[in-house]
Amino acid sequence: MRTTLSSNERYRAGVIPYAKMGYWEPDYIPKDTDVLALFRVTPQDGVDPIEAAAAVAGESSTATWTVVWTDRLTACEVYRAKAYRVDAVPNSPGQYFAYIAYDMDLFEEGSIANLTASIIGNVFGFKAIKALRLEDMRIPVAYLKTFQGPATGIVVERERLDKFGRPLLGATIKPKLGLSGKNYGRVVYEALRGGLDFTKDDENINSQPFMRWSERFLFGMEAVNRAAAATGEIKGHYFNVTAGTMEDMYERAEFAKELGSIIIMIDLVVGYTAIQSMAKWARRNDMILHLHRAGNSAYARQKNHGMNFRVICKWMRMAGVDHLHAGTVVGKLEGDPLMVRGFYDTLREPHTAARLENGLFFEQDWASLRMVMPVASGGIHAGQMHQLLHYLGEDVILQFGGGTIGHPAGIQAGATANRVAVEAIIQARNEGRDYLKEGPEILERAARWCSPLRGALETWKDVTFNYESTDTADFVPVATPTY
Amino acid sequence: MRITQGTFSFLPDLTDQQIVSQIDYCITNGWSIGIEHTDDPHPRNSYWEMWDLPMFEVRDPAAILVEIKACRKALPNHYIKVNANNPLRGRETVALSFIVNRPQREPGFRLDRQEVGGRAIQYTIHSYAADKPEGERYDGERTDSGNGRG
Repeated sequence: MRTTLSSNERYRAGVIPYAKMGYWEPDYIPKDTDVLALFRVTPQDGVDPIEAAAAVAGESSTATWTVVWTDRLTACEVYRAKAYRVDAVPNSPGQYFAYIAYDMDLFEEGSIANLTASIIGNVFGFKAIKALRLEDMRIPVAYLKTFQGPATGIVVERERLDKFGRPLLGATIKPKLGLSGKNYGRVVYEALRGGLDFTKDDENINSQPFMRWSERFLFGMEAVNRAAAATGEIKGHYFNVTAGTMEDMYERAEFAKELGSIIIMIDLVVGYTAIQSMAKWARRNDMILHLHRAGNSAYARQKNHGMNFRVICKWMRMAGVDHLHAGTVVGKLEGDPLMVRGFYDTLREPHTAARLENGLFFEQDWASLRMVMPVASGGIHAGQMHQLLHYLGEDVILQFGGGTIGHPAGIQAGATANRVAVEAIIQARNEGRDYLKEGPEILERAARWCSPLRGALETWKDVTFNYESTDTADFVPVATPTY
Repeated sequence: MRITQGTFSFLPDLTDQQIVSQIDYCITNGWSIGIEHTDDPHPRNSYWEMWDLPMFEVRDPAAILVEIKACRKALPNHYIKVNANNPLRGRETVALSFIVNRPQREPGFRLDRQEVGGRAIQYTIHSYAADKPEGERYDGERTDSGNGRG
């Protein structure tokens, strides 16, 4: 139970437990306007889990290590975050889920930087805990409404592209480093001409000695427009405008706009404020904004410390990006199917229910913020198309790389194989077929008249990446008994 | 060339039976079907002519096929597409869009380049067919440009 101290006891100079300072309130009922956070806390040996949870609440809001009388000049009860529930993590001795509520007035409107300075600020280095992971957040509608949200969003992106009813297809130009501008544009042209909708700079291609940024932009736009004229379709290349300063990023983005590009790209490592600035720029300039999640696995992958990627998904939808890499399930990068489902739903649902098996701890109303298009990238190929559609749905960009460019008959053939595969599987799904089960057969049948698809299936038929995921659910769904 | 707009342009042209299957899927999802046609297939031509209003009340895919056939008969050398409109809150846009008729010969597009400052080029996509007046753009076409329904 909550321990109530008299004012004299509470504000006597010295050190008292956080739980007794007002940061543990087990009977607190969160308000609709509170920001809620769920942390996985691993207290140091001998530290009571409730005291650890209260300490997290304290250090991520108003507290310092000792009592300060100046608290009494404020409505401190309001500003204190409140740990209101602590549960043992199933099957993980020594770990606890701590639910913490924050009054909305603790955070500046429309600022991811300010929100995160509290929620993942000093608290992560706190000595009394061995490890800490931010698992999920519930953002109240009132606070969400202070954010722009995706500059373009799934609906308007599809309307601008005039592409509906199927996943969009992309390819990342390889090799990621070393190509000259002219050679780079060749790969862009071949991939788009062959049937892809988008091509993409990789996260670490900015403006290096072998290819300065404007060289890439000029040759890239020639390729995009040649492919559009050859196919009658709208095409795009995500020009990565990531740079060392905002001024450089704006300069590159403006040049991409002048050349007629429909989309630009930035990397997660540019930081939250830079992302929000570019999202506003993108909204002002009718530009689609692609975000590569470079850097996230440095803090998102391990289960006991850092933060879950679903929180990044929430922050990035608020910050206002249009595309976000969110896992493939079947490809080469980390991604448990149930967890990836949680990321995808977070990006593209108007409302998400709490679903523990998908790692969604809170119900979240997205308050009409537009939907972010998830991007599935890393080790995928045409032969997995039925699985990709099954796990990821149709509002997704399937971002191939080697799975287009590595085709034995060339890049155009690789792109055609990707496109024919997706159209054949969509057609079969819409016809009511069990496309997941019959997928290989559907693709084989299309490969009879489409030799590029045949080449792709033969080249990559046995390529899978079956490794255990590290970021998995703590809860297993159980069937509810029916009576 | 073959214009590859629409969801199924990389597949062989759909048979009428395959078209009906797709329409059935759309109707089952609560989407209304609209038929649109054009002789100006520029990729940014957002407004093809409507073959009447979207068929909000029609639940029978075969009845929609009848309309597609009528449109094809009236405009055999136009591009004709089927659009499915999803009115769900938050979507409120097209859910599926595929071509069900195309001209016998597709001349395609020219890419015009205008050299501007520095190394930059301004690009324009120019439809060869659109050099002729509307309604006369493809071989063997009727000269009136209405929707053919009188």
